[in-house]
Amino acid sequence: MMLSLAAVSADYGSFRALFDVSLEISSGEAVGVIGPNGAGKTTLMRVISGLVPPSSGTMTFEGRPISGLSAHRMVEQGIAHVPENRRLFPRLTVEDNLRIGAFIPKARPRYAERLDQIYGLFPRLKERREQPAGTLSGGEQQMCAIGRALMSRPKLLLMDEPSAGLAPLVVAQVFSLVRRIRAEGLTVLIVEQNVQQVLEVVNRAYLLQVGAIKLAGTSADLKGNELIRKAYLGL
Amino acid sequence: MDIYLLEAIINGVLLGGVLALLALGLNLIFGVIDVVWIAYADLVMCGMYVVYLLCAELGWPLPLACAVAIAVVAVLGVLVHLLIIAPILGSAPINQLLATGGLLFFLQSFATLLFGTEFRNLGLRLPIIELGDIYVSSSRLLAFAAALIGAIALYLFLRRTFIGTAIRAIAQDRDIIGLMGVDQRRIYIVTSAIGGALAGLAACLLALQYDVHPFIGNTFGPLIFMICVLGGLGDMIGGFIAAFIISQIISIGGYYSSTELSYVLAFTLFIVLMFVRPRGILVR
Repeated sequence: MMLSLAAVSADYGSFRALFDVSLEISSGEAVGVIGPNGAGKTTLMRVISGLVPPSSGTMTFEGRPISGLSAHRMVEQGIAHVPENRRLFPRLTVEDNLRIGAFIPKARPRYAERLDQIYGLFPRLKERREQPAGTLSGGEQQMCAIGRALMSRPKLLLMDEPSAGLAPLVVAQVFSLVRRIRAEGLTVLIVEQNVQQVLEVVNRAYLLQVGAIKLAGTSADLKGNELIRKAYLGL
Repeated sequence: MDIYLLEAIINGVLLGGVLALLALGLNLIFGVIDVVWIAYADLVMCGMYVVYLLCAELGWPLPLACAVAIAVVAVLGVLVHLLIIAPILGSAPINQLLATGGLLFFLQSFATLLFGTEFRNLGLRLPIIELGDIYVSSSRLLAFAAALIGAIALYLFLRRTFIGTAIRAIAQDRDIIGLMGVDQRRIYIVTSAIGGALAGLAACLLALQYDVHPFIGNTFGPLIFMICVLGGLGDMIGGFIAAFIISQIISIGGYYSSTELSYVLAFTLFIVLMFVRPRGILVR
């Protein structure tokens, strides 16, 4: 098991955002987390990447306990997080955004080589390398945010709403990108409101509602599930 | 052109170099850590005393004394951060102002206790350079050159290194910097050390031109804050330009009237510009 969460809860002050969430991801898998707004999907991502400390429960990554590690330690473990709304550094150039993705000591020596790989994956970013990231289009920004996360050579990539705010055509590009990333052997955990499309790229998914996991299953199972069909697929 | 006016302009440029260096340090700390070190000029005062002690009292060679002074003030900067800023980082900005304001009185009083209030100098005079009819003090020229080299070194560090990139990034999005594998606390410490080192370098350059006394920070401290605000707090390029504007006003104003009046002029212009460009000269 690559990542496993056992009965993890998380609070913002006195407000509990996650209730005993248990979840497992094997190496090479793509797993989705779906659910309505405010269900705690982003909180779940932030807990895994160390931005929000869990208030109870245990997390292990490749067998090592990682509960309570701060965010920069999680990156060193091999977990990279593409945050909601991309969160690029808008006044830094595209290349500086990618450079900072390779900040951890392990990634620095092979920075130039990795940069070439990322530019190979996203030729558009190479064209715009000297441009401030804030001037990119939405789709380009998403590519830059994914590229930045990949710069640290992660084993597990967390993606929070990669399709949010993008035009339908660009959304399709982002999802085809997820397939390409998977093909390179990366494990992916992806949070999405765009249930229809995310179920096309993941092997399995969890349904999160009001901070708790309500359903889990393979993509095929969930596509056939009555609740999912009615509430999320509009069928 | 009037030869004395030219001399005043040259002196203004030379003075601007050191002020620009200090404005860079203060802006760096404000931009990255989001605190204003009110006692910044008093760290410079500490550095001047270190140069004085090593050079005049112990007879060390000047370059070595300067290197040690820069290191000492860099460490002082880290201590200011760890002991004063870090514990109150999350509290209201006014608390941080009061805390570093308290440090100002502490440092001034402590220096008075150790050295008394008398003016002290290194006891060395660098030669005056004659360029035709123009006289330029070589200590000012040296100060300007060193300040410029310091500024360029900082620029290259911020542009070319991973830590420099993180320092530039952190001011733009503090919350997610950890996701880049960057330990925010470590960046704050490095930034404080650089801010201290810049103050230390300025101390060396000022010690060549001015006598040191416990309250010397009061003479240029307000000037540096004015420069930073004029350039836009946290805007390193704006601060750099503002330093030269202010130093020119003081220098040319001093030539046409008196030094006192030139300060009045500088602060008047500052107030006017604050109405026109409240967020800094480069921000419309």
